[in-house]
Amino acid sequence: MSHLNTLETDLLSAIAGADTEAALEDIRVSALGKKGSISEQMKTLGKMTPDERKAMGPALNALKTTITDAIAARKAVLVEAALEARLHSESVDVTLPLRPSPAESGRIHPISQVIDELTAIFADMGFAIAEGPDIETDELNFTALNFPEGHPARDMHDTFFFNENEEGERLLLRTHTSPVQIRTMRTQEPPIRVIIPGRTYRCDSDQTHTPMFHQVEGLVIDNSSHFGHLKWILEEFCKAFFEVDDIKMRFRPSYFPFTEPSMEVDIQCDRSGGEVRIGQGEDWLEILGCGMVHPNVIRNCGLDPDEYQGFAWGMGIDRIAMLKYGMPDLRAFFDADIRWIQHYGFRPLDLPTLFGGLSS
Amino acid sequence: MKFTLSWLKDHLETDASLDDIVDRLNMIGLEVEEVTDRAARLAPFRIARVVAADQHPNADRLKVLKVDPGNGELLQIVCGAPNARAGLVGVLANPGDYVPGIDTTLSVGKIRDVESFGMMCSERELEISDEHTGIIDLPDDAPVGESYATWAGLDDPVIEIGLTPNRPDCTAVYGIARDLAAAGIGTLKERTHHQVAGRFPCPTKVSLDFGDTKSLCKAFGLRLVRGVKNGPSPKWMQERLIAIGLRPINTLVDITNYMTFDQGRPLHVFDAAKVTGDLVVRRGRAGESIDGLNGKTYDVDDSICVIADDHAVESLGGILGGEITGCTEATTDVLIESALWDEDGIAATGRKLGVNTDARYRFERGVDPDFMLPGLEMATQMVLDLCGGEASSIVQAGEVPDSAKIIDFPYAEVRRLAGIEAAVAEMTLALKSLGFWISGTGDTVKVAAPSWRPDIEGKADLVEEIVRILGLDRVPSTPLPRIGSVTSKVLTPGQIRRNRARRALAARGLNEAVTWSFIRKDQADHFGGGQPGLSLANPISTDMSDMRPSLLPGLLVAAQRNADRGFPDVALFEVGQVFAGDAPDDQTMTAAGVRRGTAAFDGAGRHWAGASGNVGVFDAKADTLAGLAAVGAPVDKLQVAKDAPAYFHPGRSGALKLGPKTTLAVFGEIHPRTLAELDIEGPVTAFEIYLDALPQPKAKTSRTKGKLQASDLMPVRRDFAFVVGDDVTADALLRAARGADKALISDVTLFDVYKGKGIAEDHKSLAIDVLLQPAKKTLTDEEIDAVGKKIVAAVEKATGGHLRG
Repeated sequence: MSHLNTLETDLLSAIAGADTEAALEDIRVSALGKKGSISEQMKTLGKMTPDERKAMGPALNALKTTITDAIAARKAVLVEAALEARLHSESVDVTLPLRPSPAESGRIHPISQVIDELTAIFADMGFAIAEGPDIETDELNFTALNFPEGHPARDMHDTFFFNENEEGERLLLRTHTSPVQIRTMRTQEPPIRVIIPGRTYRCDSDQTHTPMFHQVEGLVIDNSSHFGHLKWILEEFCKAFFEVDDIKMRFRPSYFPFTEPSMEVDIQCDRSGGEVRIGQGEDWLEILGCGMVHPNVIRNCGLDPDEYQGFAWGMGIDRIAMLKYGMPDLRAFFDADIRWIQHYGFRPLDLPTLFGGLSS
Repeated sequence: MKFTLSWLKDHLETDASLDDIVDRLNMIGLEVEEVTDRAARLAPFRIARVVAADQHPNADRLKVLKVDPGNGELLQIVCGAPNARAGLVGVLANPGDYVPGIDTTLSVGKIRDVESFGMMCSERELEISDEHTGIIDLPDDAPVGESYATWAGLDDPVIEIGLTPNRPDCTAVYGIARDLAAAGIGTLKERTHHQVAGRFPCPTKVSLDFGDTKSLCKAFGLRLVRGVKNGPSPKWMQERLIAIGLRPINTLVDITNYMTFDQGRPLHVFDAAKVTGDLVVRRGRAGESIDGLNGKTYDVDDSICVIADDHAVESLGGILGGEITGCTEATTDVLIESALWDEDGIAATGRKLGVNTDARYRFERGVDPDFMLPGLEMATQMVLDLCGGEASSIVQAGEVPDSAKIIDFPYAEVRRLAGIEAAVAEMTLALKSLGFWISGTGDTVKVAAPSWRPDIEGKADLVEEIVRILGLDRVPSTPLPRIGSVTSKVLTPGQIRRNRARRALAARGLNEAVTWSFIRKDQADHFGGGQPGLSLANPISTDMSDMRPSLLPGLLVAAQRNADRGFPDVALFEVGQVFAGDAPDDQTMTAAGVRRGTAAFDGAGRHWAGASGNVGVFDAKADTLAGLAAVGAPVDKLQVAKDAPAYFHPGRSGALKLGPKTTLAVFGEIHPRTLAELDIEGPVTAFEIYLDALPQPKAKTSRTKGKLQASDLMPVRRDFAFVVGDDVTADALLRAARGADKALISDVTLFDVYKGKGIAEDHKSLAIDVLLQPAKKTLTDEEIDAVGKKIVAAVEKATGGHLRG
């Protein structure tokens, strides 16, 4: 029996020493293969006496089991080690920085974002968005809006004009979005509720004025809307737009040719900290002009001012964007400086909604 | 419009505080722009007397003063002013006082070893004027120890209001007082009209001579005061004029300025000795000119209204007097003019000559016609009071027009337009206290506007007056009734397209810019614009002269501007209007973008995972297709044509078309010549999507998406490589392959383009992967081979190529 012990010791030692799966397989074949050392021993059983066989049989079977188990155990260790080695070799530095995704690096200009915010608010109040051309007639930009002949706004110092065309007409770049009021009233039956965002132009250039800027104007025409409704709309708008719970507003009588009575509106703000904070503090900031649509304007649109009435208001989109988001200089809006757009712009998937908040 | 508080109180009996007055001015539409209270800043400074002035022991130019601050305890002060002397009464600043003109808080100092306990101030040091030749030298009787500001009348706050053009009545302190009184701040002190009896007829005659042209002067009143003694005006008048920024000249001139601001009645005074013959008010004549009182010379013409004597043009009527006939201290006989001018004529002349005067400001807005003669009487009385002399009777040319305007006014208008519930009594009171006349009783009354309110035209104006005086805070905030319950879609298809294009392009890493609608003429020309009808007559600069025919020039220049600032790899886009003509329909909306340097979709510049190469035509094509897909264009049905505009590289650009005529977009690398023209360095790739060219979508009858067609049978893939001529487009080959068996072929992709060894010159190999999707049963080998043959035949027919061996 001692030769079996020797065989077992030798085989176990060889298994323990096998450091690859191939070496282990060689050992398995050399022990348990057809001509393997244990298989050869098995073959001798037939020639043995029953007594010898009784003793050697279990011993050989035990040896076979021991060696089979040892190979399996060793194999598991080697597989695990190989996996470990592979994983180690496959490791990378996961701190390597990635390129930003395009959807994260593109930006929406603040003017577009603010127009979307305005749209969200006023759509909820039942307003549609009206538009008109930038190149306008004198009639629509001034005359129909009750600007008297000789009004300073009609001057070349204030308004961009084109050269006289073949019909002897001198077109101009609209100085406000108000011509769209006329276009709307002349083509649409009351009740009318529209806001009119758009580009406007005046001969002016300094830190707070650019020759091109953006205005949004609102117009309501029906049989009953009065100044109290206008006040409510503007209060609701200011709260929603500036995203504050409450805001104090001050209405002051003013003058515009196309409204009567006319008002200017100041909102409560705090200037003490170097930046303007809306909805707190003791200071006032003028943000818009408004009024009841002038009877002459209603008449100029073919409507009877004793039957139809309504109001209009207008403000600078660039200006309210600056107030809300803190840009210091209007000129930078039109400079396309990539650093400015990246800093003040909005992510493309941040669509302003009332249900999800206008800004994040 | 500026005035001081004490001046206002000349006309308004009130105990209201300055803050209350300012608040109320704002609330009635007289917007306060600034309140300057000089007294607060000058509060520490008191009048003091120099008792002794001795030579400084260590400095030739300095003196050591002994100053009595009013209590007899003499202070030692070192002073360098040349006029410092014993007996001088001046203004003292003590240690601890802040001196604004030198921005310093004083302390006890030693000057050349002599201690100094304060300083005697100059006017500049107190920021009263620029005077700095010496210290303030007050009259001997100035009260030592008293507040300097109080004594000098500088403790009178100056209020500046921004007047809207409809309120000429408030170009007068009196008019402002009337408004405040109506609004409940005190009581208006009615002005007294008394006629000055003429002692003799006015020797100078006046006539209006406009022939058959439009009269530029409605009425003209004139009188002589002879034997006056002209000199400096009284201190109170000078102080008020200085406080509002005017320079006192002499009494006669100061009276006209005072009347302008106090009563809103501009006047003119001629030195009668310098007027030759009679005065004629007429249009100017070519060749005539006038030396104005402001020191400038103006050429006149027949659009300009002048006052002339027998000798020359002596005044720009209602705007500016002439130098020659101006009043000086030597004037003894003065002609006083009070006239009514044509508002439009004044405005036109002022603009044409570029003259802004206080008279123009008032006359172009409209002065009170009924006050023309009372104003003349009031001014005459002031001349008599301050300069003596005796007055002639008044000569008048023209007639003061009747300004009365009667408006039928239903009180219900206030509720209808303003939403205010107000009692008739308070509405009536508001109107009456503003000077309106009301006649009749009941719901509708007749209202007459006062002569000083040319802005009042109709009912709405009266509503404004009532609301203004009752207070806008009386207007109840009233919710606008909702239309329906759930908000429905409000945007037009065009607006929706713009929004989608904008967000889709930004999601591709492009940054939205907003560039000017007007560009340089040569750039407009280069991009197909520059028509005369789109050139501004008065551009603000040559860089902004022509309406843009394309968004690309603005974006390209912006990209280069970023490069010049050190950011060469930028991706910009804009969604905005372009102009093909001056009609409303010629203005269309486009979305355009540029990528410069290496600013590709995946990112720009060098990176450890692989550097980004220079941008090229396919970056632009990808942006274009993404933008088109976002706005709902059928991108798989579009044809790719090669006829992009000339500002693109002819071999690296394309046009995407819906049918042969409708171009939806163009894309490509910018032509090197265009880059040179715009002074831009490449590489730059760009695209333009014509958002308005895409046909309007058909109205949908159902929102369902149709049934999903997904076969359970395995699809089969087959590869084919074709050798075709270089001029064969991939698009042609793909179309042919796709069309070979529309039922079976579900997709064809191009996966290789090869030129070189094994391929004939001027030829290329295009390899495609064809996906066959059986619908009913698995394909047999024979069926697959048959489709393959159809594909080869179709491609060979369409391209003239052959299957690669």
